[in-house]
Amino acid sequence: MSEEEDIVLSELNDDELVEQMFDDLYDGLKEEIEEGVNILLERGWTPYDILTKALVGGMTIVGHDFRDGILFVPEVLLAANAMKGGMFILKPLLAETGAPRVGKMVIGTVKGDIHDIGKNLVSMMMEGAGFEVVDIGINNPVENYLETLEAEKPDILGMSALLTTTMPYMKVVIDTLIEQGLREEYIVLVGGAPLNEEFGKAIGADAYCRDAAVAVETAKDFVSRKHNQLAG
Amino acid sequence: MQQDKLPDDASLTTKGYVSDEQGRILLLACGALAREILDLKQRNGWDHMVLTCLPAIFHIQPDKIIPAVREAVAKHRDDYDQIFVVYADCGTGGLLQQACEELGIEMVKGPHCYSFFEGNQAFDAHGDEETTAFYLTDFLARQFDAFVWKPLGLDRHPELLSMYFGNYTKLVYQAQIDDPDLTARARECAERMGLDFERRLTGYGDLETTLRDWATRKPKD
Repeated sequence: MSEEEDIVLSELNDDELVEQMFDDLYDGLKEEIEEGVNILLERGWTPYDILTKALVGGMTIVGHDFRDGILFVPEVLLAANAMKGGMFILKPLLAETGAPRVGKMVIGTVKGDIHDIGKNLVSMMMEGAGFEVVDIGINNPVENYLETLEAEKPDILGMSALLTTTMPYMKVVIDTLIEQGLREEYIVLVGGAPLNEEFGKAIGADAYCRDAAVAVETAKDFVSRKHNQLAG
Repeated sequence: MQQDKLPDDASLTTKGYVSDEQGRILLLACGALAREILDLKQRNGWDHMVLTCLPAIFHIQPDKIIPAVREAVAKHRDDYDQIFVVYADCGTGGLLQQACEELGIEMVKGPHCYSFFEGNQAFDAHGDEETTAFYLTDFLARQFDAFVWKPLGLDRHPELLSMYFGNYTKLVYQAQIDDPDLTARARECAERMGLDFERRLTGYGDLETTLRDWATRKPKD
Protein backbone atom coordinates (compact mmCIF):
# COMPACT_ATOMS: atom_id res chain seq x y z
CA MET A 1 0.00 0.00 0.00
CA SER A 2 3.00 2.33 -0.04
CA GLU A 3 3.33 5.09 -2.62
CA GLU A 4 6.25 5.47 -4.96
CA GLU A 5 6.78 9.16 -4.14
CA ASP A 6 7.50 10.54 -0.68
CA ILE A 7 4.37 11.86 0.96
CA VAL A 8 4.58 14.90 3.23
CA LEU A 9 1.93 14.17 5.88
CA SER A 10 1.57 17.79 6.96
CA GLU A 11 0.59 18.80 3.41
CA LEU A 12 -2.40 16.45 3.33
CA ASN A 13 -5.88 17.63 4.30
CA ASP A 14 -7.57 15.87 7.22
CA ASP A 15 -9.37 13.23 5.19
CA GLU A 16 -6.28 12.46 3.13
CA LEU A 17 -4.17 12.28 6.28
CA VAL A 18 -6.52 9.80 7.98
CA GLU A 19 -6.53 7.68 4.81
CA GLN A 20 -2.72 7.84 4.76
CA MET A 21 -2.62 6.82 8.43
CA PHE A 22 -4.74 3.78 7.58
CA ASP A 23 -2.09 2.86 4.99
CA ASP A 24 0.78 3.56 7.38
CA LEU A 25 -0.81 1.42 10.10
CA TYR A 26 -1.32 -1.34 7.56
CA ASP A 27 2.37 -1.10 6.68
CA GLY A 28 3.42 -0.96 10.34
CA LEU A 29 5.11 2.45 10.07
CA LYS A 30 5.33 3.58 13.69
CA GLU A 31 7.14 6.89 13.14
CA GLU A 32 4.67 7.96 10.47
CA ILE A 33 1.75 7.14 12.77
CA GLU A 34 3.29 9.18 15.57
CA GLU A 35 3.79 12.07 13.15
CA GLY A 36 0.20 11.78 11.91
CA VAL A 37 -1.16 11.81 15.47
CA ASN A 38 0.85 14.93 16.32
CA ILE A 39 -0.32 16.72 13.16
CA LEU A 40 -3.99 15.98 13.95
CA LEU A 41 -3.48 17.21 17.53
CA GLU A 42 -1.97 20.44 16.19
CA ARG A 43 -5.00 20.84 13.96
CA GLY A 44 -7.26 20.74 16.98
CA TRP A 45 -8.56 17.18 16.75
CA THR A 46 -9.59 15.69 20.10
CA PRO A 47 -7.47 12.76 21.28
CA TYR A 48 -10.60 10.60 21.28
CA ASP A 49 -11.37 11.37 17.63
CA ILE A 50 -7.81 10.62 16.57
CA LEU A 51 -7.94 7.34 18.46
CA THR A 52 -11.24 6.13 17.09
CA LYS A 53 -11.22 7.60 13.58
CA ALA A 54 -7.57 7.19 12.61
CA LEU A 55 -6.02 4.47 14.78
CA VAL A 56 -8.90 2.10 15.57
CA GLY A 57 -10.29 2.63 12.07
CA GLY A 58 -6.94 1.58 10.60
CA MET A 59 -6.51 -1.38 12.91
CA THR A 60 -10.00 -2.59 12.04
CA ILE A 61 -8.90 -2.90 8.40
CA VAL A 62 -5.81 -4.79 9.56
CA GLY A 63 -8.02 -7.06 11.68
CA HIS A 64 -10.34 -7.84 8.76
CA ASP A 65 -7.43 -8.67 6.46
CA PHE A 66 -5.92 -10.92 9.13
CA ARG A 67 -9.24 -12.72 9.49
CA ASP A 68 -9.45 -13.13 5.71
CA GLY A 69 -5.94 -14.55 5.41
CA ILE A 70 -4.52 -11.53 3.56
CA LEU A 71 -2.27 -10.46 6.44
CA PHE A 72 -0.38 -12.75 8.80
CA VAL A 73 0.79 -12.50 12.40
CA PRO A 74 4.07 -10.61 11.73
CA GLU A 75 2.27 -7.89 9.76
CA VAL A 76 -0.44 -7.57 12.44
CA LEU A 77 2.26 -7.21 15.10
CA LEU A 78 3.98 -4.46 13.13
CA ALA A 79 0.66 -2.65 12.74
CA ALA A 80 -0.05 -3.08 16.46
CA ASN A 81 3.37 -1.69 17.26
CA ALA A 82 2.66 1.35 15.11
CA MET A 83 -0.70 1.85 16.83
CA LYS A 84 1.04 1.53 20.19
CA GLY A 85 3.26 4.47 19.20
CA GLY A 86 0.17 6.59 18.56
CA MET A 87 -1.55 5.37 21.72
CA PHE A 88 1.52 6.35 23.76
CA ILE A 89 1.01 9.97 22.71
CA LEU A 90 -2.76 9.92 23.14
CA LYS A 91 -3.16 8.05 26.41
CA PRO A 92 -2.16 10.85 28.81
CA LEU A 93 -4.22 13.31 26.77
CA LEU A 94 -7.26 11.05 26.87
CA ALA A 95 -6.97 10.91 30.65
CA GLU A 96 -6.81 14.72 30.79
CA THR A 97 -9.58 15.50 28.33
CA GLY A 98 -11.91 12.73 29.37
CA ALA A 99 -13.33 10.29 26.86
CA PRO A 100 -16.51 8.23 26.76
CA ARG A 101 -16.03 5.17 28.99
CA VAL A 102 -17.76 2.11 27.60
CA GLY A 103 -16.91 -0.32 30.38
CA LYS A 104 -14.12 -1.98 32.29
CA MET A 105 -12.24 -5.21 31.62
CA VAL A 106 -9.77 -7.31 33.58
CA ILE A 107 -7.66 -9.42 31.25
CA GLY A 108 -4.86 -11.95 31.68
CA THR A 109 -3.20 -15.04 30.23
CA VAL A 110 -3.92 -18.18 32.25
CA LYS A 111 -1.60 -20.15 34.51
CA GLY A 112 1.17 -22.04 32.73
CA ASP A 113 1.00 -19.81 29.67
CA ILE A 114 3.40 -16.94 28.97
CA HIS A 115 2.08 -15.94 25.56
CA ASP A 116 0.66 -12.45 25.49
CA ILE A 117 0.59 -11.24 21.90
CA GLY A 118 -3.14 -11.83 21.49
CA LYS A 119 -3.94 -10.53 24.94
CA ASN A 120 -1.93 -7.36 24.37
CA LEU A 121 -3.65 -6.78 21.06
CA VAL A 122 -7.08 -7.19 22.66
CA SER A 123 -6.08 -4.83 25.50
CA MET A 124 -5.01 -2.17 23.05
CA MET A 125 -8.09 -2.47 20.86
CA MET A 126 -10.37 -2.45 23.90
CA GLU A 127 -8.69 0.70 25.17
CA GLY A 128 -9.06 2.19 21.73
CA ALA A 129 -12.77 1.40 21.83
CA GLY A 130 -13.18 3.24 25.14
CA PHE A 131 -12.85 0.44 27.68
CA GLU A 132 -10.74 0.78 30.79
CA VAL A 133 -8.46 -2.24 30.77
CA VAL A 134 -6.69 -3.75 33.76
CA ASP A 135 -4.08 -6.12 32.35
CA ILE A 136 -2.79 -8.64 34.89
CA GLY A 137 -0.20 -10.09 32.51
CA ILE A 138 0.78 -13.72 31.99
CA ASN A 139 0.79 -17.02 33.88
CA ASN A 140 -2.11 -16.15 36.20
CA PRO A 141 -3.42 -18.60 38.79
CA VAL A 142 -7.08 -18.35 39.71
CA GLU A 143 -6.20 -16.31 42.83
CA ASN A 144 -4.85 -13.47 40.67
CA TYR A 145 -8.09 -13.26 38.72
CA LEU A 146 -10.23 -13.32 41.87
CA GLU A 147 -8.19 -10.66 43.66
CA THR A 148 -8.26 -8.32 40.69
CA LEU A 149 -11.96 -8.85 40.05
CA GLU A 150 -12.65 -8.05 43.69
CA ALA A 151 -10.48 -4.93 43.62
CA GLU A 152 -11.48 -3.57 40.21
CA LYS A 153 -15.14 -4.63 39.89
CA PRO A 154 -15.00 -4.79 36.08
CA ASP A 155 -17.83 -5.56 33.68
CA ILE A 156 -15.76 -8.11 31.82
CA LEU A 157 -13.24 -10.83 32.60
CA GLY A 158 -11.04 -11.72 29.62
CA MET A 159 -8.87 -14.83 29.57
CA SER A 160 -6.31 -15.82 26.96
CA ALA A 161 -4.28 -18.97 26.21
CA LEU A 162 -2.11 -20.06 23.30
CA LEU A 163 -1.50 -23.65 24.31
CA THR A 164 -3.86 -26.60 24.23
CA THR A 165 -2.23 -27.70 27.47
CA THR A 166 -3.14 -24.47 29.27
CA MET A 167 -6.52 -23.55 27.83
CA PRO A 168 -8.41 -25.98 30.14
CA TYR A 169 -7.33 -23.74 33.03
CA MET A 170 -9.96 -21.23 31.92
CA LYS A 171 -12.55 -23.70 33.18
CA VAL A 172 -10.82 -23.78 36.56
CA VAL A 173 -11.27 -20.01 36.83
CA ILE A 174 -14.91 -20.11 35.69
CA ASP A 175 -15.74 -23.02 38.00
CA THR A 176 -14.19 -21.13 40.92
CA LEU A 177 -16.34 -18.11 40.09
CA ILE A 178 -19.39 -20.38 40.09
CA GLU A 179 -18.40 -21.98 43.41
CA GLN A 180 -18.03 -18.56 44.99
CA GLY A 181 -21.32 -17.32 43.56
CA LEU A 182 -19.56 -14.69 41.47
CA ARG A 183 -20.08 -16.00 37.95
CA GLU A 184 -23.11 -13.84 37.17
CA GLU A 185 -21.25 -10.69 38.21
CA TYR A 186 -19.04 -10.72 35.14
CA ILE A 187 -19.15 -11.14 31.40
CA VAL A 188 -16.52 -13.79 30.68
CA LEU A 189 -14.84 -13.63 27.27
CA VAL A 190 -12.15 -16.10 26.20
CA GLY A 191 -9.73 -16.21 23.28
CA GLY A 192 -6.54 -17.72 21.90
CA ALA A 193 -5.37 -19.58 18.83
CA PRO A 194 -6.34 -23.15 19.84
CA LEU A 195 -9.80 -22.20 21.18
CA ASN A 196 -13.08 -22.29 19.33
CA GLU A 197 -16.72 -21.47 19.99
CA GLU A 198 -17.50 -25.01 21.13
CA PHE A 199 -14.74 -24.86 23.74
CA GLY A 200 -15.97 -21.49 24.96
CA LYS A 201 -19.47 -22.90 25.46
CA ALA A 202 -18.20 -26.11 27.06
CA ILE A 203 -16.26 -24.26 29.78
CA GLY A 204 -19.11 -21.87 30.52
CA ALA A 205 -17.74 -18.64 29.06
CA ASP A 206 -20.18 -16.06 27.72
CA ALA A 207 -18.37 -15.93 24.39
CA TYR A 208 -15.30 -17.03 22.49
CA CYS A 209 -13.66 -14.18 20.55
CA ARG A 210 -11.78 -15.18 17.43
CA ASP A 211 -9.64 -12.05 17.25
CA ALA A 212 -9.19 -8.61 18.81
CA ALA A 213 -11.77 -6.92 16.58
CA VAL A 214 -14.37 -9.56 17.45
CA ALA A 215 -13.47 -9.16 21.13
CA VAL A 216 -14.25 -5.43 20.95
CA GLU A 217 -17.58 -5.96 19.18
CA THR A 218 -18.57 -8.78 21.54
CA ALA A 219 -17.61 -6.75 24.60
CA LYS A 220 -19.61 -3.73 23.41
CA ASP A 221 -22.62 -5.92 22.69
CA PHE A 222 -22.57 -7.67 26.08
CA VAL A 223 -21.96 -4.47 28.03
CA SER A 224 -24.82 -2.65 26.31
CA ARG A 225 -27.13 -5.61 26.98
CA LYS A 226 -26.04 -5.63 30.63
CA HIS A 227 -26.72 -1.91 30.94
CA ASN A 228 -30.11 -2.35 29.26
CA GLN A 229 -30.99 -5.11 31.72
CA LEU A 230 -30.00 -2.90 34.64
CA ALA A 231 -32.04 -0.06 33.22
CA GLY A 232 -35.07 -2.28 32.59
CA MET B 1 15.66 -56.93 3.87
CA GLN B 2 15.17 -53.67 1.99
CA GLN B 3 16.27 -50.59 3.94
CA ASP B 4 14.39 -47.30 3.80
CA LYS B 5 16.49 -44.42 2.53
CA LEU B 6 16.72 -41.51 4.92
CA PRO B 7 14.50 -38.75 3.49
CA ASP B 8 15.80 -35.19 3.41
CA ASP B 9 14.41 -32.62 5.85
CA ALA B 10 13.04 -30.28 3.19
CA SER B 11 10.80 -32.93 1.65
CA LEU B 12 9.82 -34.25 5.10
CA THR B 13 8.74 -30.71 5.97
CA THR B 14 6.51 -30.02 3.01
CA LYS B 15 5.64 -33.38 1.46
CA GLY B 16 6.07 -36.03 4.12
CA TYR B 17 7.30 -39.48 3.24
CA VAL B 18 6.03 -42.71 1.74
CA SER B 19 8.05 -45.90 2.15
CA ASP B 20 8.22 -48.50 -0.60
CA GLU B 21 8.62 -51.29 1.95
CA GLN B 22 6.06 -54.00 2.60
CA GLY B 23 4.74 -54.95 6.03
CA ARG B 24 1.59 -55.70 7.99
CA ILE B 25 1.65 -52.63 10.27
CA LEU B 26 1.53 -49.02 9.09
CA LEU B 27 3.03 -46.26 11.22
CA LEU B 28 1.33 -43.02 10.22
CA ALA B 29 3.69 -40.40 11.64
CA CYS B 30 4.67 -36.76 11.76
CA GLY B 31 7.46 -36.04 9.27
CA ALA B 32 9.51 -34.56 12.10
CA LEU B 33 9.84 -38.09 13.54
CA ALA B 34 10.89 -39.91 10.35
CA ARG B 35 14.61 -40.21 11.09
CA GLU B 36 14.02 -41.38 14.63
CA ILE B 37 11.43 -43.98 13.62
CA LEU B 38 13.56 -45.31 10.76
CA ASP B 39 16.53 -45.55 13.14
CA LEU B 40 14.47 -47.52 15.66
CA LYS B 41 13.11 -49.77 12.91
CA GLN B 42 16.57 -50.53 11.65
CA ARG B 43 18.18 -51.09 15.04
CA ASN B 44 15.39 -53.34 16.25
CA GLY B 45 14.67 -55.15 12.99
CA TRP B 46 11.03 -54.09 12.96
CA ASP B 47 10.65 -54.96 9.30
CA HIS B 48 6.96 -55.68 9.67
CA MET B 49 6.29 -51.97 10.34
CA VAL B 50 6.09 -49.59 7.39
CA LEU B 51 6.48 -45.83 7.77
CA THR B 52 4.38 -43.15 6.10
CA CYS B 53 4.76 -39.53 7.18
CA LEU B 54 2.53 -36.50 6.89
CA PRO B 55 4.29 -33.18 6.24
CA ALA B 56 6.28 -32.09 9.29
CA ILE B 57 5.14 -28.50 8.81
CA PHE B 58 1.81 -29.54 10.37
CA HIS B 59 3.76 -29.10 13.63
CA ILE B 60 2.88 -25.41 13.29
CA GLN B 61 -0.44 -26.00 11.51
CA PRO B 62 -2.15 -28.45 13.89
CA ASP B 63 -5.58 -27.90 12.32
CA LYS B 64 -4.29 -29.82 9.29
CA ILE B 65 -3.31 -32.95 11.22
CA ILE B 66 -6.72 -34.54 11.74
CA PRO B 67 -8.06 -34.24 8.17
CA ALA B 68 -4.74 -35.59 6.86
CA VAL B 69 -4.78 -38.50 9.32
CA ARG B 70 -8.36 -39.37 8.36
CA GLU B 71 -7.51 -39.25 4.66
CA ALA B 72 -4.38 -41.39 5.07
CA VAL B 73 -6.21 -43.97 7.20
CA ALA B 74 -8.98 -44.21 4.60
CA LYS B 75 -6.40 -44.65 1.85
CA HIS B 76 -4.28 -47.32 3.58
CA ARG B 77 -6.75 -49.17 5.79
CA ASP B 78 -7.23 -52.14 3.45
CA ASP B 79 -3.51 -52.58 2.85
CA TYR B 80 -2.47 -53.25 6.46
CA ASP B 81 -3.54 -55.40 9.39
CA GLN B 82 -3.12 -52.49 11.71
CA ILE B 83 -2.40 -48.75 11.61
CA PHE B 84 -0.87 -46.73 14.43
CA VAL B 85 -0.75 -42.92 14.55
CA VAL B 86 2.65 -41.63 15.66
CA TYR B 87 1.47 -38.27 16.92
CA ALA B 88 0.80 -37.09 20.45
CA ASP B 89 -1.96 -34.51 20.96
CA CYS B 90 0.28 -32.00 19.14
CA GLY B 91 -1.89 -28.92 19.54
CA THR B 92 -5.17 -30.55 18.53
CA GLY B 93 -6.74 -30.03 21.95
CA GLY B 94 -7.88 -33.63 22.34
CA LEU B 95 -9.49 -33.77 18.91
CA LEU B 96 -6.86 -36.11 17.43
CA GLN B 97 -7.46 -38.54 20.29
CA GLN B 98 -11.18 -38.32 19.59
CA ALA B 99 -10.63 -38.95 15.86
CA CYS B 100 -8.34 -41.91 16.56
CA GLU B 101 -10.92 -43.42 18.92
CA GLU B 102 -13.56 -43.08 16.18
CA LEU B 103 -11.20 -44.77 13.73
CA GLY B 104 -10.27 -47.48 16.24
CA ILE B 105 -6.59 -46.57 16.06
CA GLU B 106 -4.01 -46.04 18.79
CA MET B 107 -1.77 -42.99 19.01
CA VAL B 108 1.19 -41.93 21.14
CA LYS B 109 0.34 -40.77 24.65
CA GLY B 110 1.24 -37.26 25.77
CA PRO B 111 0.72 -33.61 24.85
CA HIS B 112 3.53 -33.28 22.27
CA CYS B 113 6.85 -34.66 21.07
CA TYR B 114 8.82 -32.63 23.65
CA SER B 115 6.98 -34.56 26.32
CA PHE B 116 7.26 -38.05 24.87
CA PHE B 117 10.91 -37.64 23.89
CA GLU B 118 11.78 -36.79 27.46
CA GLY B 119 9.27 -39.33 28.76
CA ASN B 120 5.78 -38.10 29.63
CA GLN B 121 6.24 -38.73 33.34
CA ALA B 122 9.59 -36.92 33.52
CA PHE B 123 8.30 -34.02 31.43
CA ASP B 124 5.21 -33.68 33.57
CA ALA B 125 7.38 -33.59 36.69
CA HIS B 126 8.93 -30.28 35.58
CA GLY B 127 5.59 -28.66 36.39
CA ASP B 128 5.72 -24.87 36.62
CA GLU B 129 9.52 -24.76 36.45
CA GLU B 130 9.54 -24.96 32.68
CA THR B 131 6.71 -22.58 31.83
CA THR B 132 9.24 -20.18 30.31
CA ALA B 133 11.17 -22.83 28.34
CA PHE B 134 11.20 -23.05 24.55
CA TYR B 135 11.96 -26.55 23.28
CA LEU B 136 13.84 -27.84 20.27
CA THR B 137 14.22 -31.44 19.14
CA ASP B 138 16.92 -32.66 16.73
CA PHE B 139 14.60 -32.10 13.78
CA LEU B 140 13.67 -28.60 14.91
CA ALA B 141 17.30 -27.70 15.59
CA ARG B 142 18.02 -28.60 11.96
CA GLN B 143 14.90 -26.87 10.67
CA PHE B 144 14.79 -23.86 12.99
CA ASP B 145 14.48 -21.33 10.18
CA ALA B 146 11.66 -23.17 8.44
CA PHE B 147 9.66 -23.84 11.61
CA VAL B 148 10.38 -20.81 13.80
CA TRP B 149 12.30 -17.92 12.31
CA LYS B 150 10.64 -17.52 8.91
CA PRO B 151 7.00 -18.33 9.81
CA LEU B 152 7.19 -15.68 12.56
CA GLY B 153 8.62 -13.17 10.08
CA LEU B 154 11.82 -12.73 12.09
CA ASP B 155 13.94 -12.98 8.94
CA ARG B 156 12.21 -9.81 7.70
CA HIS B 157 11.41 -8.12 11.00
CA PRO B 158 13.94 -9.03 13.72
CA GLU B 159 12.50 -6.20 15.82
CA LEU B 160 9.53 -8.48 16.59
CA LEU B 161 11.74 -10.88 18.56
CA SER B 162 10.89 -9.52 22.00
CA MET B 163 7.17 -9.52 21.22
CA TYR B 164 7.34 -13.24 20.47
CA PHE B 165 9.89 -14.45 22.99
CA GLY B 166 10.20 -11.69 25.59
CA ASN B 167 8.59 -13.88 28.26
CA TYR B 168 10.79 -16.92 27.61
CA THR B 169 13.96 -17.43 29.64
CA LYS B 170 15.67 -20.50 28.20
CA LEU B 171 15.87 -22.78 25.22
CA VAL B 172 15.93 -26.46 26.12
CA TYR B 173 17.50 -28.56 23.39
CA GLN B 174 16.23 -32.11 23.74
CA ALA B 175 18.87 -34.15 21.96
CA GLN B 176 17.64 -37.43 20.54
CA ILE B 177 21.15 -38.35 19.42
CA ASP B 178 24.51 -37.20 20.74
CA ASP B 179 25.70 -34.96 17.89
CA PRO B 180 28.03 -32.00 18.57
CA ASP B 181 27.02 -30.32 15.31
CA LEU B 182 23.33 -30.34 16.28
CA THR B 183 24.21 -29.09 19.76
CA ALA B 184 26.12 -26.18 18.20
CA ARG B 185 23.14 -25.41 15.97
CA ALA B 186 20.72 -25.48 18.89
CA ARG B 187 23.02 -23.25 20.93
CA GLU B 188 23.10 -20.78 18.03
CA CYS B 189 19.28 -20.81 17.95
CA ALA B 190 19.24 -19.89 21.66
CA GLU B 191 21.67 -17.04 21.00
CA ARG B 192 19.54 -15.72 18.16
CA MET B 193 16.50 -15.78 20.43
CA GLY B 194 18.41 -14.17 23.29
CA LEU B 195 17.70 -17.12 25.60
CA ASP B 196 19.80 -19.20 27.98
CA PHE B 197 20.74 -22.60 26.61
CA GLU B 198 20.27 -26.01 28.17
CA ARG B 199 20.96 -29.34 26.51
CA ARG B 200 19.15 -32.46 27.64
CA LEU B 201 20.03 -35.82 26.09
CA THR B 202 16.66 -37.56 25.94
CA GLY B 203 17.18 -40.33 23.42
CA TYR B 204 13.87 -41.47 21.96
CA GLY B 205 12.05 -41.65 25.29
CA ASP B 206 8.45 -42.84 25.18
CA LEU B 207 8.56 -42.95 21.38
CA GLU B 208 10.80 -46.00 21.65
CA THR B 209 8.77 -47.75 24.34
CA THR B 210 5.52 -47.07 22.48
CA LEU B 211 6.85 -48.39 19.16
CA ARG B 212 8.32 -51.43 20.93
CA ASP B 213 4.92 -52.17 22.43
CA TRP B 214 3.24 -51.88 19.02
CA ALA B 215 5.97 -53.87 17.25
CA THR B 216 5.67 -56.82 19.61
CA ARG B 217 1.88 -57.11 19.51
CA LYS B 218 0.68 -60.39 18.11
CA PRO B 219 -1.02 -60.16 14.69
CA LYS B 220 -4.79 -59.87 14.77
CA ASP B 221 -6.68 -63.06 13.91
